[in-house]
Amino acid sequence: MAEISRGFGRRRRETDPNLPPGQYLTEDFPVLSAGPTPRIDTADWVFRIRTEKDLLTSWTWAQLMDLPIEDVNTDIHCVTRWSKFGTSWRGVSLDTLFAGIDTDYAYAMAHSYGGYTTNVPMADLLGGKAWVAFEFDGKPLAPEHGGPARLLVPHLYFWKSAKWVNGISMQRHDEPGFWEQNGYNLHGDPWTEERYW
Amino acid sequence: MIVGSWLPARVARVIPATPTARVLELDVPGWPGNLPGQHLDLRLTAEDGYQAERSYSVASSGPGTSVELAVDRVPDGEVSPYLTEVIEVGDSVEVKGPLGAYFVWREDDPSPVQLIAGGSGIVPLLAMARARVRADVTTPFRLLYSVRSRADALYSAELDRLAEGGIDVTWAYTRQAPDGWAGTVGRVSPASIADAVWRPTDGSMTFVCGPTSFVEAVADTLVSAGHDPLRVRTERFGGA
Repeated sequence: MAEISRGFGRRRRETDPNLPPGQYLTEDFPVLSAGPTPRIDTADWVFRIRTEKDLLTSWTWAQLMDLPIEDVNTDIHCVTRWSKFGTSWRGVSLDTLFAGIDTDYAYAMAHSYGGYTTNVPMADLLGGKAWVAFEFDGKPLAPEHGGPARLLVPHLYFWKSAKWVNGISMQRHDEPGFWEQNGYNLHGDPWTEERYW
Repeated sequence: MIVGSWLPARVARVIPATPTARVLELDVPGWPGNLPGQHLDLRLTAEDGYQAERSYSVASSGPGTSVELAVDRVPDGEVSPYLTEVIEVGDSVEVKGPLGAYFVWREDDPSPVQLIAGGSGIVPLLAMARARVRADVTTPFRLLYSVRSRADALYSAELDRLAEGGIDVTWAYTRQAPDGWAGTVGRVSPASIADAVWRPTDGSMTFVCGPTSFVEAVADTLVSAGHDPLRVRTERFGGA
């Protein structure tokens, strides 16, 4: 039984079935990062997938742009309790990037410029669930929001959508990434509130 | 550090801090203690069961069940107006935590520490400064605190005492400086930041907390000046 906070609730927000439990809606786009924002020139940008056989497949920015680009309209949910509805992105599906990748591993670690990592099961990356996104709201993705490109895994809490992403390495077990080693849940489903350890 | 369930918390003290902010001291039986810099989730429940949850940095640290928050009112907010205008001693909320293991200062780290706060971003950094004064260590600490004016500063009197206690405090006023202030008034600049902080070669650990635009500008400046990005830890609030 929750404690009642006397006199609370007069300025309440409308509840919305699209809002996961414990979240509130914001029109802003808050920024959360563990450190300074890296500045990455698309001329230097490379994205690599590394398999268990240590095989590397890499894409330059131009090569990424030559792949099929998808429009993604989605709600996003941050573990710090804000959600934002109807965000619009453009990016390349992970299904496209993994089309020629030979791996038997079920888990992935996303890597970023600046050293950030986050672990995601392949089941959450494939099947139209995840993208390498480089446009937000019709414009190139701003550096503080992860530009030039970030992972977009919108059905999980947004820390899984690694900013400044530059690669994915396959892993046999679901080893924890950066925030997952610093108090946050290994998986991060907002609908079941997989927030913390 | 497994985060437990929601803990009932009772408001033990309410201290007006600025025209828009309050310090709240909560008594939280079962609180496991926290490291300086950690935050918590706070939940309010209305009589009809409606709930709202938000994250707040903790100004206190260490063992014990007294937990201090400082809350600034967010215009058009839902939770902060309640915490800054309505809540009274004896009222109930719930908290979950402590949360986060990265934006924390650990007293066994001998690196010089640089704290850089904008506005209410002082809260987790104050927790670190308080912990440093309390701990039996001589780790050098510097704080750069940017506020609109002295009246907008949280914990101004306590920060003056910390300065006497060996923590090097530099104030930056963006709108209005106190009478007799010798410095300039305005946003922090690469030059004013360089004057206030450790040199890149000092091996410092830097914690920056404040509104997004402030943290972005300060962190960019530090990296441009040669500071190791991996030794600059940031927390931001507000939209971009």
